[in-house]
Amino acid sequence: MIRYDVLKAIAPIVRGRLVVCNIGSPSQELYEILDQPSNFYMLGTMGLCSSIGLGLALAQKSPVVAIEGDGSVLTNLATLSTIANNPADNFTLLIIDNGSYGSTGDQPTYAGRKTSLADVARACGCESVVECAAEQTADELEKALASGSMTIIVSKCESGNVDVPVIGMDPCVIRERFVGEINRLGEARAES
Amino acid sequence: MATLTDRRIVDCLVENGIGFATSVPCKQLAGVIELVENSKSILHVPSNKEDEGMGLCAGAYMGGIRSCIIMQNTALGVVVNSLATLIQFYRIPLPMLISYRGEIGEKVACQVEMALHTKAILNQLHIPAYHFRNVDQLEDLDSIIKHSYMCGKPVAILADAAFWRSAE
Repeated sequence: MIRYDVLKAIAPIVRGRLVVCNIGSPSQELYEILDQPSNFYMLGTMGLCSSIGLGLALAQKSPVVAIEGDGSVLTNLATLSTIANNPADNFTLLIIDNGSYGSTGDQPTYAGRKTSLADVARACGCESVVECAAEQTADELEKALASGSMTIIVSKCESGNVDVPVIGMDPCVIRERFVGEINRLGEARAES
Repeated sequence: MATLTDRRIVDCLVENGIGFATSVPCKQLAGVIELVENSKSILHVPSNKEDEGMGLCAGAYMGGIRSCIIMQNTALGVVVNSLATLIQFYRIPLPMLISYRGEIGEKVACQVEMALHTKAILNQLHIPAYHFRNVDQLEDLDSIIKHSYMCGKPVAILADAAFWRSAE
């Protein structure tokens, strides 16, 4: 399985949920598979997906899934220590680890060689860390969301991208409809 | 140990509804960071690096909590991309309380190197910058923060060595 297959497999699980998605191919592929107002697409800023996701999870109560890549996490590796030391039980960090910088031509990352992001996350103090094969990602994500505790999932998949167009949506439109969904989910939560 | 000036700064953040702060330490900001950490109104999440802090602030803001970053000017080079492609591109207001190291009164020569670029970087990014040289200028802090939220832009408050020396 490549990232696109993983995204397709988790699409039914993240439908209607708050998703912060990594820059480049991950956001573009998710946009094609499951565009929804509760997706925050990163159009720039390599490395900050997990930070945005954590900030959002700490600020409100609805579950947040941040879909990261191995290259992006390596860019901002210290994020794992911030996440570990400021746990948000409504936060799931899904690192789709294909061992390559997919958006720039599949150059290998160190996560595809000696570096284990799951081990780094554990060493940083993250308590619930799961490494799984791509095929198990949907099951692990479901389990993580049902657990009600912060989970880091490292999904090991193959390198490769699907040829999808760039996202032409205005960034303020992405933000506004995302915030609208955050508010709507928050109100629904308050009523229930 | 926090000063009265530090307290005035943090009170102003709270009065403006800021409920989330991230910081990377600076000696001059130690009192402010201590008060933010102990504030019941502000969730303080320290960052390892300032660009990570920009991400945290963007997320918290979209989650409905006004956020701010407390940092040193030497890190402005680190955050240029985050400011341009996240904070400005998605139009996220962000007050940045910045210790302006390397100005008159600085004791560490190397700090001057980034001081020389500080205003140039902010100007290049079209970020409104307010240079505080004296504690009396604190009376403008409230309107500067309000300005950030009014226009949906980052603003920089540069508090230099003379400002911190004049702290009460």
